[in-house]
Amino acid sequence: MKLKLFPLYLLLFSFSYSQEINKLDVRNFEALKTEFVPDKEQTLVINFWATWCAPCVKELPYFEEISKAYNKDDVEVILVSLDFPQHYESKLNPFINKHGIVSRVIALNDPDSNNWIPKVDENWTGSIPATLIISNSTYKFYEQTFTKESLLHELKTFLN
Amino acid sequence: MKTIISLFILTAFSAFNLLPTAKGYQIGDMVDDFKLQNIDGNMVSLSDYNNSKGVIVVFTCNTCPYAVAYEDRIVALDKAFAPKGYPVLAIMPNNIKIKPADDLSHMKQRAKEKGFTFPYLIDADQTVYPKFGATKTPHVYILKTTPKGHQVKYIGAIDDNFQDAKKVKTTYVADAVEALLNGKEVSVSETRAIGCTIKV
Repeated sequence: MKLKLFPLYLLLFSFSYSQEINKLDVRNFEALKTEFVPDKEQTLVINFWATWCAPCVKELPYFEEISKAYNKDDVEVILVSLDFPQHYESKLNPFINKHGIVSRVIALNDPDSNNWIPKVDENWTGSIPATLIISNSTYKFYEQTFTKESLLHELKTFLN
Repeated sequence: MKTIISLFILTAFSAFNLLPTAKGYQIGDMVDDFKLQNIDGNMVSLSDYNNSKGVIVVFTCNTCPYAVAYEDRIVALDKAFAPKGYPVLAIMPNNIKIKPADDLSHMKQRAKEKGFTFPYLIDADQTVYPKFGATKTPHVYILKTTPKGHQVKYIGAIDDNFQDAKKVKTTYVADAVEALLNGKEVSVSETRAIGCTIKV
């Protein structure tokens, strides 16, 4: 009997395990904001995007390259998804898995955007993609798309 | 001499910093007339609205999830305020080469599906939205008709919850139009919301 049940245990275990690694970090803005503080020598690259935003998806690989190229203690990328909550399971999680996203992903679920957009940057009109690069001395906001070259160029101004 | 140079640099930098906010119409500005093609094939001008109390100009499109989430609410705005003198005038600003599903035939289809009660114009040459300074869809401009022209009274979001119309606490556009109808100043004249970048 016990033996017969064994595969079931295994199945349940692996199921809960996969649920665990797929668990999406969902936050409101106040909780997200606590991440906007770099460690001493660290530079944070925070990109606001969504799976439905074509220009965002196009530039995402450049942010991924940064994640792969740098030690987290030096440069950390955080991808803040603005996907709708009803699409976390159907679109966002599958996207993260399919593309093997290595950067940290946080889903921002905070519909009162008029309240938090100015807290990211006073001049942000609210269009995405938008990116923040933060070091201990500098806080810079970009309401624009990046090419690989322009993103790396901006990042380098923080590292020198 | 050094001071003068640093002063000059400082001025140059501050001027540069001011640039982003100086783009497009600001509250109180007069809007230039424009003429764009409607989904029915006719041309529609802002000056067609000279006899209305004002216009609710909405930059929107078929393909942006945020714009789509607001379609029913845009129709509701027109139904509520067109009879009172503030009709909706929708403009699709995207480059259709990048977003083919925003072309005139798709616009027509979407307007029919959602029962648009207002013109849905295409900014085919992409010359109108930059003058407004619109950056995303949806992006609303409320214009009041004055003896001097159509004056910008509100710029921003439709309300404070794109996800769920039932959870809306503040209806920015409706509140602004109500204020204007009552001869009052708009108390919240600029708001911001997430939207899809206008495709150039």
